[in-house]
Amino acid sequence: MPEPFLELVDISKSYPGVVALDHVGLQVSPGEVVALIGENGAGKSTLMRVLGGVVEPSGGFIRVDGAARSSLTVADAIKAGIAFVHQELNLFDNLDVAGNVFIGREPVHGGPLRLIDRKRMYADVAPLLERLGCDFAADAPLTELSLAQRQLVEIMKALSLDARLVIMDEPTSSLTLAETDRLMRTVAGLKAHGVSIIFITHRLNEVMQCADRAVVLRDGRVVGALTRAELSPAAMIRLMIGRDLKSLYVPPAAPAGDSVLEIVDAVTDTYPGRAVSLSVRRGEILGLAGLVGSGRTELARAVFGIDPLRGGAIRLDGEPIRIASPRAAIEHGIYLVPEDRKGAGLLLDVSIAENISLPDLASYMRFWLVDTDRENENAVRQRERLKIRAPDVKTAAGSLSGGNQQKVVLAKWLSMRPKVLIVDEPTRGVDVGAKQEIYGMLRRLTDAGVAILMISSDMEEVIGVSDRLAVMHEGAISGFLDRSQFSEHNVLQLAVGHTITAEGP
Amino acid sequence: MSKKDLSLLVLILVVGTVVALINPRFLYVGNLSNTANQIGLFGIFSIAEAFIIIIGGIELSVGSVIALLGVLFIDLIVNHDVNWIVALAMIVAAGLVIGLIHGTLVTRMRIQAFVVTLCGLLIYRGAARYYTEDATAGFGFGASFPMLEWLAAGRTNVLGFPLPHSVVALAVVAVIAWVVLHRSVFGRYLLAVGKNEEAARYSGIRTNRVIISAYVICGGLTAFSAILIAMYTRSISPAVHGSFYELYAIAAAVLGGCSLRGGEGSIIGVVLGTVLLQVLQNLVNLLGIPSSLNFAVMGTVILVGVLGDQYLVQRRHRASAAKGREQANVAAAPLERVKVE
Repeated sequence: MPEPFLELVDISKSYPGVVALDHVGLQVSPGEVVALIGENGAGKSTLMRVLGGVVEPSGGFIRVDGAARSSLTVADAIKAGIAFVHQELNLFDNLDVAGNVFIGREPVHGGPLRLIDRKRMYADVAPLLERLGCDFAADAPLTELSLAQRQLVEIMKALSLDARLVIMDEPTSSLTLAETDRLMRTVAGLKAHGVSIIFITHRLNEVMQCADRAVVLRDGRVVGALTRAELSPAAMIRLMIGRDLKSLYVPPAAPAGDSVLEIVDAVTDTYPGRAVSLSVRRGEILGLAGLVGSGRTELARAVFGIDPLRGGAIRLDGEPIRIASPRAAIEHGIYLVPEDRKGAGLLLDVSIAENISLPDLASYMRFWLVDTDRENENAVRQRERLKIRAPDVKTAAGSLSGGNQQKVVLAKWLSMRPKVLIVDEPTRGVDVGAKQEIYGMLRRLTDAGVAILMISSDMEEVIGVSDRLAVMHEGAISGFLDRSQFSEHNVLQLAVGHTITAEGP
Repeated sequence: MSKKDLSLLVLILVVGTVVALINPRFLYVGNLSNTANQIGLFGIFSIAEAFIIIIGGIELSVGSVIALLGVLFIDLIVNHDVNWIVALAMIVAAGLVIGLIHGTLVTRMRIQAFVVTLCGLLIYRGAARYYTEDATAGFGFGASFPMLEWLAAGRTNVLGFPLPHSVVALAVVAVIAWVVLHRSVFGRYLLAVGKNEEAARYSGIRTNRVIISAYVICGGLTAFSAILIAMYTRSISPAVHGSFYELYAIAAAVLGGCSLRGGEGSIIGVVLGTVLLQVLQNLVNLLGIPSSLNFAVMGTVILVGVLGDQYLVQRRHRASAAKGREQANVAAAPLERVKVE
């Protein structure tokens, strides 16, 4: 094995209250494919941002070609030959292929006019197209390319920069099987040319297929490295998990009652071929686990009436209902705490009180006017109930911390007697203390008879808070788990599309 | 009255005082009454525009609508002998329909408001000119509608000051608009949609309906002001009548604190913005500045005003950010020292 040209040594990164990376080490040799795996939030993205020069580590050093330094800048990273193929591709769809490959460093001619030398640009792209075996032309407009083809454009961009290391962040998450196969061949081709690859993925069979070795991250630490010979899905899953997560759990006061919300064969736009059925019972928290992009948020949006349902039915207390808009969902007592708190949950520069009353203004109405006294009284009540830490209820919601913002979103719905509450990533960006308070509030709600559907990518939360679990994989339910079956192993197995094997927790 | 409104009022008083000192004719009853009349006429459609800007849209067809509906109104009562009350109702209804069409195109067809209303600007102007064959529409000799004329363009002596009825109309419209925007449930919805349409939708607000309603309100108010303006000018050359009025309206709204990003605005501010624009207009006349510089003066004052406002906002931001950092430091201190720059 040739000498590593890139080494990360003891890299740490902490944010206030969170340790994102804890003495992480990683080496990359020329022509090596390293798979980087771990749950959502394990620190993979932060580590890659350190490599890209976007995040400055708070400890450790990086050695490129033997020269050590404490951090990289973006320019350093490019000079060192590190290139990214992002999950959300950084391409311009108003340009053609060659224009995208050479964006920002177009060959020019015409002296001071600095006209783009189109001829040279196309000539330079041609060998790259051939090398990657692309089936599109250098002047194809980007809009006509599929996602997989666009990915190839990103890779071409990396190669034209003489990249030695290409970092692919979940490159196959939106590809079809055939496209994934082709990408695997591209990866093998790059490797044959001596280009190294860091491959971040949740799909363990892809790791089996293309990786020389795998590095497993958990809670910001490297918890294991597997050589080619040691690679197996079971070994990887064993390393990715390994915490006692059940201790958080607070059991409900009474066993769950009848089904309140039933989703029958629901089809969303994102996964037209897949149908989802599940039911949430009175007094339970049904966790909805799965990888990012497995279609959970889309399901929630469809049930809440944001997006149209493309098939299937929704029943509330056994009665079929039609939800054509959020208004309709709200009238039925189905509320959603959205994933995108700042974009969809709150009006940031509006006061706490006005945010809380917004969905229910009609009930604060007197002769068409808003009774601000009652509005404020209710806000004060909710602030005490949810322990929202703010100077007063006239404070702008945007000035609060993440946890307190989320409590304001919850307060909106708690003022209105929810029947079904759907919470999507309820504690993302929320500090530990507020997390516990939010979990406590969810439990009090179920004890009062509310049915809660909790979408979460946080394993601790999924296992520690839910009474029952549904796991989604690529737009369909891959399995249900009862509390006795709860384990990171089982959740992960289902989330990556495997069936559960008979392994003890 | 917000701080912003207050500083606008101070600016108006300062400009007014300066003009009065240089040319005392500014304070003559006749001049003040005429300026007030202009404020009344321009204020109503500026409030109409403000409703659109507040929901994050834009309405560019105001001037053309004023021309088209003005022509139609005069045509109805002069040439078709329609009772003026009926004609007024018809014209306001036409304005509401125009608003409904604009709102529907913006929401259901998802065409940008700028494009929809730009097309409106061209279409209504063309329609007005075609309808009259480019001839001036007006009241013929002897045609007289004493009641209507008194109501729309008359003045009532209040303590020796001839108060134009357009000002009374503006006052009524402004009070209602103020209550609707700043006190009613619907006003909350308007501001919420303008601020963050997505979040408003997630809160169960029927955002499309709110947006369409704003365009309908704008259309209705514009139609009403079209009638007042027609009665004031008494003759309408369809090629130029009302041209650039949409820009006066946008300028008044922006001066009055509406953000073109939506979600912000105050009715008092819009009225004060209209006042300032008309005082500036008057200033150009009274100070002997060539009237060709009219727009240049207005543009300069708006630009300076917006720059000054920006400066104040940034200073406030920096101050509060510094305060926030201090608080954060104090809170974090027991846990760990946080490095601050």
